[in-house]
Amino acid sequence: MTKDKDEDATRRQAIREQIDENLKRVYTATLNEELPDRFRDLLAQLKGKEGSGTGGSA
Amino acid sequence: MIAVVVPPSADPRDRLAGSIPKLRAFAISLARDSSRADDLVQETILKAWSNIEKFDPATNLDAWLFTILRNTFYSSLRKTRREVQDSDGAHAATLSVKPAHDGRLAMQEFQKAFDALSPEHREVLILVGASGFSCEEAAGMMGVAIGTVKSRASRARKRLAELLHLEDGEDMFSGTDGATQAVVLRSAAAGF
Repeated sequence: MTKDKDEDATRRQAIREQIDENLKRVYTATLNEELPDRFRDLLAQLKGKEGSGTGGSA
Repeated sequence: MIAVVVPPSADPRDRLAGSIPKLRAFAISLARDSSRADDLVQETILKAWSNIEKFDPATNLDAWLFTILRNTFYSSLRKTRREVQDSDGAHAATLSVKPAHDGRLAMQEFQKAFDALSPEHREVLILVGASGFSCEEAAGMMGVAIGTVKSRASRARKRLAELLHLEDGEDMFSGTDGATQAVVLRSAAAGF
């Protein structure tokens, strides 16, 4: 009885570990993708506005 | 001797660039479409930039940005929810995948099952299962109680296991080869 329960818990734990391991793989794969240039351009643009512009913050 | 944690004059906006990869990975897991995800990231950066005074530098910048991004995502989702939004419904069920023969989940199959989850389930799994946020931090981002985060994460894992046939009758560990057993044993060991 107890043994079955233990085995069940172990099995569930193993499934959980396996799922989380795969989640991390999926997430890390995306994390390592090369970033589109648009973000660097966007930040540069925002920074430029901030530096030269006097307006904006009301 | 106290280690200095935050440079005194640091403008949090200078740290935005460093958060973009994580933000984008989160966006892709929510939107499942990289061009839509990139639009979400762009919108998040713009909002963060113009609302930077609302950010408390004593808190986690990533968490703040993730919150903006997920709120942006859900508000646009609400507008388009009449489009196919079946979450755990029939469409998702047809996408259920078979376990890989070697027991180790093929990446593509896992991805397919993950994509079949509802956005809420994908979100909680990425936040607490993959990106390393605590349940408490995730609760703050999602605007729900910690208990809700835990139960939602548990349901999401269960749903994923169903889609992958890791549960319900089929014994994923029977007739497995050495490699699988190694994974299983390692996983089991990690639990103790």
